[in-house]
Amino acid sequence: MNELLGAYFPVIIFIAVALVIGLALMIAPFVVAVSRPDPEKLSAYECGFKAFDDARMKFDVRFYLVALLFIIFDLEVAFLFPWAVAFKEAGVFGFWSVMVFLAILTIGFIYEWRKGALEWD
Amino acid sequence: MVEFWWTYIWPVVVVAFQSVLLLASLLIAIAFLLVADRKIWAAVQMRRGPNVVGPFGLLQSFADFLKFVFKEPIVPSGANKGVFLLAPLVSSVLALSAWAVIPVNEGWAVADINVGILFVFAISSLEVYGVIMGGWASNSKYPFLGALRSAAQMVSYEVSIGFVIITVLLCAGSLNLTEIVLAQKGDLGLFNWYWLPLFPMFVIFFISALAETNRPPFDLPEAESELVAGFMVEYSSTPYLLFMLGEYVAIVLMCALTTILFLGGWLPPFDVAPFNWLPGVFWFVFKVCIMFFMFSMVKAMVPRYRYDQLMRLGWKVFLPLSLFMVVAVAAVLQFSGLAG
Repeated sequence: MNELLGAYFPVIIFIAVALVIGLALMIAPFVVAVSRPDPEKLSAYECGFKAFDDARMKFDVRFYLVALLFIIFDLEVAFLFPWAVAFKEAGVFGFWSVMVFLAILTIGFIYEWRKGALEWD
Repeated sequence: MVEFWWTYIWPVVVVAFQSVLLLASLLIAIAFLLVADRKIWAAVQMRRGPNVVGPFGLLQSFADFLKFVFKEPIVPSGANKGVFLLAPLVSSVLALSAWAVIPVNEGWAVADINVGILFVFAISSLEVYGVIMGGWASNSKYPFLGALRSAAQMVSYEVSIGFVIITVLLCAGSLNLTEIVLAQKGDLGLFNWYWLPLFPMFVIFFISALAETNRPPFDLPEAESELVAGFMVEYSSTPYLLFMLGEYVAIVLMCALTTILFLGGWLPPFDVAPFNWLPGVFWFVFKVCIMFFMFSMVKAMVPRYRYDQLMRLGWKVFLPLSLFMVVAVAAVLQFSGLAG
């Protein structure tokens, strides 16, 4: 357990150092730069017009669909990682198990393709 | 007390020093790579590019940096201030933190953890959050649309990147980046590296990396002609700089990852006299620079994709192809006896 923690400890320090750099850059202009805000400068950019309405509007359902499909496929990739690393140990049985798994997934993929979930027009 | 110092405090000091060293050299390298990017782009278009600050404009990035710091930071009145300022921080800090596990030479990684590639994959997945947060918190239409597009695009190409990594893992049999590089060592030198046996995956990885980092020809999130600057429209001063920094750090990370997965990391092209005199770091940086040159050339030469074409390429071409390649590579390894 201690060894495991020891291996990951440098990652935490590294992220901390990166955070310090990021924060320093972030704060710098608020300290050194001149700030003269006015209502026009602070309004949302919309080609020079006043903003028509709230920007958080309805959006295309396809973006939602893409996110759903991503979850399925990314999860599948996550399942494949341990198999890929232990490929030699898993042997023939492991190989065929994964092939069945991928076959089922391919059926799902063909289904979504035929249903038109991947069409953007 | 002395024992406490040597067992607990000293390792922290060493690691902190290594982190600062790596991050500092990374940021300076990116300052020059940015100039290189602009110079290459200019050269392709028969322009001069930046040539005023310093010899041949080499110090341009530093001048830009100072300008960013002294610019007035603007937070739009309609924005959610906390999230608005958090977004660039998230995107740059995440991009930087993935470098913790990248080995630039044998044993030269800040954290040589045994799931290195998984760590990089996880961190690069998280980078979507910076974009979504920035786009949503701005409360403006262009950033919102840009963030939606960008998120869908990054997420789509992540899947094929995952499959590509799986094929490399099948060959290397380890998640540790150092061992993946060492698995490519052999008598044939550069023909032993995975770019040759896994050539289709090398190409898919390169193109997916372009899409993942929102580089042209897949820079739709910031398509100037339609979305002005995508999710970055409302940003100015260093918040903008941090987005830009995060983007370039991610690009160089992708170059480094390509180098490690397919181009043999720090290994010399041939393990004979003139080549193996040079230290491994040189070869690593050299290969990363070559990959970055490829990124720049693509930016300069290829016209921008349409959004439906982009999604079609990701889901209908790369996904089936990389899925098929996973099966093919596994089958070859299983039945040719190469897996042992």
